[in-house]
Amino acid sequence: MTALLEIRGLAKRYDIRLGAFGEKQAVVRALDDFTADIIEGETLSLVGESGCGKSTTGFAILNLQRPSAGSVRYKGQDIAGLDEDAMRPLRRDLQIVFQDPYSTLNPRMTIGEALAEPIRFHGLAPKAEIPARVTRLLEDVGMTPRFANRYPHELSGGQRQRVAIARALACQPRFIVCDEAISALDVSVQAQILNLLLDLQQKYGLTYLFIAHDLAVVRHISDRVGVMYLGRLAELAPSSALFAEPLHPYTRALLSAVPEPNPRAPRNRQRLVGEVPSPLNPPTGCRFHPRCPLARDICKTSVPDWREVGPSHHVACHAVTGPGRTNWEGPA
Amino acid sequence: MTLLEIKGLTIDIARDSGPARVVDGIDLSVTEGESLGIVGESGCGKSLTMMSLVGLLPNRIRATGGKALFGGRDLLKLSAKELRKVRGSEIGFIFQDPMTSLNPVIRVGDQIAEALVYQKGMTKAAAKAQAVELLALVGIPAPEERANAWPHELSGGMRQRVMIAMGLAGNPKMLIADEPTTALDVTIQAQIVDLVRELKDRLKMSVVWITHDLALIAGLADRIAVLYAGTVVEDAPVEAIFDRPTHPYTRALLGSLPTLAGAAMERLPSIPGTPPEPGRRPPGCPFAPRCGFVQPSCSQSVPKLQAMPGDRRHKVACPVVLEGVA
Ligand SMILES: Nc1ncnc2c1ncn2[C@@H]1O[C@H](COP(=O)(O)OP(=O)(O)OP(=O)(O)O)[C@@H](O)[C@H]1O
Ligand SMILES: Nc1ncnc2c1ncn2[C@@H]1O[C@H](COP(=O)(O)OP(=O)(O)OP(=O)(O)O)[C@@H](O)[C@H]1O
Ligand code: SF4
Ligand SMILES: [Mg+2]
Ligand SMILES: [Mg+2]
Repeated sequence: MTALLEIRGLAKRYDIRLGAFGEKQAVVRALDDFTADIIEGETLSLVGESGCGKSTTGFAILNLQRPSAGSVRYKGQDIAGLDEDAMRPLRRDLQIVFQDPYSTLNPRMTIGEALAEPIRFHGLAPKAEIPARVTRLLEDVGMTPRFANRYPHELSGGQRQRVAIARALACQPRFIVCDEAISALDVSVQAQILNLLLDLQQKYGLTYLFIAHDLAVVRHISDRVGVMYLGRLAELAPSSALFAEPLHPYTRALLSAVPEPNPRAPRNRQRLVGEVPSPLNPPTGCRFHPRCPLARDICKTSVPDWREVGPSHHVACHAVTGPGRTNWEGPA
Repeated sequence: MTLLEIKGLTIDIARDSGPARVVDGIDLSVTEGESLGIVGESGCGKSLTMMSLVGLLPNRIRATGGKALFGGRDLLKLSAKELRKVRGSEIGFIFQDPMTSLNPVIRVGDQIAEALVYQKGMTKAAAKAQAVELLALVGIPAPEERANAWPHELSGGMRQRVMIAMGLAGNPKMLIADEPTTALDVTIQAQIVDLVRELKDRLKMSVVWITHDLALIAGLADRIAVLYAGTVVEDAPVEAIFDRPTHPYTRALLGSLPTLAGAAMERLPSIPGTPPEPGRRPPGCPFAPRCGFVQPSCSQSVPKLQAMPGDRRHKVACPVVLEGVA
């Protein structure tokens, strides 16, 4: 097991202005102290509440937005904060499928041109072969070659999302951040694309950072899953362990909110109570403490350590007392 | 009482090669206070169908036949001015693509406030206060501060919630939500679903919810319509769809659903082949080329929606399976 990317203490802050005239300055602490290795050939998924920093993590790892702190080691060099010239040769390896496909497709380029561009740019095929490549890419994502002549606005939401996936695959990358890449697809097309991603992984040893809110899909495709809360990792574990025995109180709440495809399923599952706190002013200590059913005094003042409590199972929580054991009795 | 009744709706795309039919005779109805879920393969015409109701079809795409009666008026016949009044105050609309429908150079709170001033004739100050309340209602943390954010400063899910707040702003009689929760995590999703269900009960609001998320819709819809290639292939109460999916496409769709209980890391079943493109529909049943139950008769005539024997409310457009259950 070799690490493709070694991420240490990665952080991202956004300076913003508040007030009707932008007179107040504030800092959004979108990501703090993200430390993990991404193993070659694995699928690592990130889940967590909307706004908790998943997309920011993806951008910061790829240096699409300059991290505020920390390092990302790829092929022996730290790429965090490299300028765009230095990044260019690495871009082909490190791809992303953005959450909002509309904003990334050039409205004046046909789909065929959009797919040919990276192939040409990185010199991945002789000119004569490019149309065949484009056809193949479209077919891979379940679209007919006729779409090559269409413009992005002529596509449905799911079709645009598939073009964005095809565009990332066009570069034959080693690593892809898939940011909610299949969220607008019906389940059958979703299955087709997940199968394609799994096939490519087996064939070429591709590595994925998969950001998704559909936990059934996440469980299905992930080797490991990281759970984020308000800019920090709360738990990181092999997928099987995480779904079988979630340890962090937030992970437990998240899993219990998963809807079941059954109209008779009870509707009043455990809901997280309390205000969703804001990264403009995150709570002290454990950022989950205002909503945590187990919080004790220590949780308000000290940030819980990132500890390995089981095989490759990491948790940041004062209540997890030791390997695999949890102090579920709660407040002392 | 029926609030919306769509009958025989057809929509055509003007192509250089001639018109291509994309919605091919859709029949749908929604009663007051009902919530209808619409599911179907990507590209089957869900968004265009809903946009035709509020006069927002893109250039070169037109509703060419049928009716859409809403409170007695045919929406397809209203003038642009009349439609503008319907939008927002009578029919709230949440678009699929939040970045394309939020104005990037207007702060999100101001966008909501503008809609309130326009639709409800509120004063600017009152509208601003109400906008902050709406942001809180959809679960945006620190809503007073976030009201001053530019759209690009929000996460994908927050932008979606801003859209939801705008859709609800005018207290509409009917809310049309096109994939409104694709970027929301399950806890916020549950919160939005609770909110919409509560508004539906309290204000007798009808809801049309387009989604591919079958688990979500199971807990929200009273009835589900399954679309395939611009036609309704099955229309039934939500329990019937999950207990007795009948149309071969519906069965295949439910069969592709990954669940938390199933085995992990295996290939998921998907439906082989691709749906027909607009203008290139095969003769007869549009699902025939991909269907596991196909008979020679399937390509002869387009199947009509028919009630299942013993269940008037469960309608299916497939003579082959209907014969099987008879
Ligand atoms: N502006 C346009 N010009 C030409 N064709 C279009 C346009 N908009 C949509 N289409 C085509 O019409 C068909 C129906 O599109 P629509 O957006 O209604 O699909 P949908 O069911 O909402 O799909 P999705 O689930 O992917 O959002 C698609 O095949 C799409 O390619
Ligand atoms: N350009 C920006 N300027 C200021 N704040 C930003 C910017 N981009 C993101 N943020 C803030 O950073 C936080 C994390 O955002 P991010 O997009 O990473 O969340 P996410 O986990 O991907 O959420 P979602 O699931 O909703 O997509 C949010 O509070 C967001 O408002
Ligand atoms: S550290 Fe404390 S507040 Fe945080 S999750 Fe654990 S028990 Fe809850
Ligand atoms: Mg995101
Ligand atoms: Mg759509």
